[in-house]
Amino acid sequence: MSERVLMKGNEAMAEAAIRAGCRHFFGYPITPQTEVAAYMSKKMPKIGGTYLQAESEIAAINMVLGAASAGVRAMTSSSSPGISLKTEGISYIAGSDLPCLIVNVERGGPGLGGIQPAQSDYWQATRALGHGDFHVLVFAPSNVQEVVDLVFLAYDLAEKYRMPAMLLSDGLLGQMMEPVSFPEPVEKTGKPSWAACGHQDLRPHNVINSLYLKADQLERTVVERFARYAQVEAREQRCQQYLCDDADYIVVAFGATARVSQSAVDTLRAQGVKAGLLRPVTLWPFPKEAIRSHIPHAKGFLSVEMSMGQMVDDVRLTVEGKVPVGFFGRTGGVIPRPSEVVEAVMKMAGGDR
Amino acid sequence: MIESLASRVVVCGHYGAGKTNVTVNLALRCAKAGEEVTVVDMDIVNPYFRTADFTGLFREAGVRLLAPVYANTNLDLPVLPPSVGAAVSSGRGRVLLDVGGDDDGAVALGGFSEALTRAGYSMLYVVNSRRELEPDPAEEAALLRRIEGASRLGVTHLIHNTNLGRETSQEVLAESVPYLQELSRVTGIPVLAAAVGEGIIPPALPWQALPVRIYVKPPWEAEEKR
Repeated sequence: MSERVLMKGNEAMAEAAIRAGCRHFFGYPITPQTEVAAYMSKKMPKIGGTYLQAESEIAAINMVLGAASAGVRAMTSSSSPGISLKTEGISYIAGSDLPCLIVNVERGGPGLGGIQPAQSDYWQATRALGHGDFHVLVFAPSNVQEVVDLVFLAYDLAEKYRMPAMLLSDGLLGQMMEPVSFPEPVEKTGKPSWAACGHQDLRPHNVINSLYLKADQLERTVVERFARYAQVEAREQRCQQYLCDDADYIVVAFGATARVSQSAVDTLRAQGVKAGLLRPVTLWPFPKEAIRSHIPHAKGFLSVEMSMGQMVDDVRLTVEGKVPVGFFGRTGGVIPRPSEVVEAVMKMAGGDR
Repeated sequence: MIESLASRVVVCGHYGAGKTNVTVNLALRCAKAGEEVTVVDMDIVNPYFRTADFTGLFREAGVRLLAPVYANTNLDLPVLPPSVGAAVSSGRGRVLLDVGGDDDGAVALGGFSEALTRAGYSMLYVVNSRRELEPDPAEEAALLRRIEGASRLGVTHLIHNTNLGRETSQEVLAESVPYLQELSRVTGIPVLAAAVGEGIIPPALPWQALPVRIYVKPPWEAEEKR
C-alpha cells in the first residue's frame, strides 16, 4: 500500500487504472470527468503508456475495442453525453467478448443537461449501454478509496468474464477530495490466450468479431454469453449494509447518494426510527439476494437517487410487491440533502412521531 | 499575521491545495477584525467546491463576494464581472482573490496584473505536500514559476496547508515541514504561516500557526446554511 495522499476522485481513478496495469487510455474532454484524462495525459508518457485524445468519443471507444482485442488493459472515460456517443462501440466490445474499463462520471441530463452531479444514467448503464442482448459489469463507488479499489476489481472481473466493465461515478465523487492509498502496481505480463496480437504461425488465428452470418450461430453465441451472465449474477453481487439487520425501513442508495443517505440513517436512528442503508456496490449484477434477505423484517424500502427514479425499478423487481417500495430523488444536478431523506423515510413510516 | 499583508491578497496554488478554504478563513478573520472585505472568486477552471458556494456564510459575515458571472451554473463560460476590475484597482478595504488551480487557473489573473502591481499586493502560494504520491519540491517550484508567468505577478509568501482531509493529524503537519523548507529554499520565498485545522494540536512548527475551520465540505457533512 502507498502512503496516504489527498486526491480528487477523478485523479485517484486514473492513478488506480495505471497501477492496475492500464497503459492504453483513449479519451475526449468533458466536464466533470476532465481530471481523469488530464492525469493520464501527464502520467502515461512518463511510464511508456499511451494517452490519446481522440477526435471524438466514438473514435475513443473504438480505439478501446482495438486495444482490448490485442489483450491489453484499455480504458476510456467520459461523462453522460459522451457515454451516449460511446454506446455503439460498447455494444461491439460486448459482442466481441472483450474486457475493458469504461468510466462514466455522471452529470445531469438529458441532452447536454448540465455539469453538476447526477445518477440519471442508471437505466443506461444497467439496461441499454448499446443495442443488442448484453450486459456490462457496473460498479458504483461511494468514496474515493472505493474508486481505487473498484478499478482493480473491475479489470479483474472484466477479464475473468470477458466483458466490459463500467465504473459509474458522478460529478461529486469525481471532484471531491479524500485521503486514499493505493495497492502495489500490477505487472501485466503475457497476453490472454484469445488476444489478436500476432501468432507467428505458432497457433491458430484468434478472431475478434461481433458479426455472425447465420442467425442460429448468433443465437448460440448470445445464449452462451447469457450463461456466463448467469454465473456473474450468481457470484458477483456486491453491496454494503449499514444497520440493516433490525431495520424497519431500508434506504437503498448508491454512490454519493449513499453518503447522504447514511447521514440520514444516523439522524433517523437518533430519533428512534429503525432505519438502515443498503448500498449496492455492483449495479449489474444488482444485489438482489441481500435485498431479499431483509424482506421478512422490513416494513418498507426507499430508493434514494439523483434521478427521477431509475434504480427503484430494480428494487421493486427484487421485492416483488411483498413490502412497499418508495422513491425519493432530486435530479438535474441537485444533490439531495440528508434532511430531505429523513423526511421521505418519516413519510413512509407514517408521518412525524 | 494577515495585518502584515498588502490590502490586495492573491491566493494561488496547485489545484486541490486548499486555496478556497484558506481564502474563506482569511476573509472571515479580516471581517471579524472589523475590516471591509471583498472576496473575488477568480476560479474559472473548476466547476465544483468554490468560494461562490459560501454566499450565505459571507452575507452573514458582511463579506462582499464577486464571482464569475456563470459560477455554479451549468455554463462552463469563464466570464468575470467588471466589478472585479473595480475592486482590484479602487476597492476599499481588504480584497482577497481566490485564483483557480495551477497556471491554467492563473491566466485570468494576468488581466489584473497591472492594477494589482499599482495598488500593491501580497500573493500567497498554498502548499499541500500530501496531494502527490511522490512530492517533489523542484516540480512544485516549477509550477509556482508557471503560475507567476501566467499571472504576471510574483508570489510573496508560501502558506503551509498540508492536510489529508479528515485524516489530518499533528504528524501529517509535522512531516511536511522539510518539504516546505526545501520549497522555500529553492524559490527564495518565505513561509508566512501554517494552517492548522480546528481540533488539531499544532506540532512545533517553525512558522506561525494560522487556525482554520474546514468550510469546504461534501454535502452530507455540510447541512448548514450556505
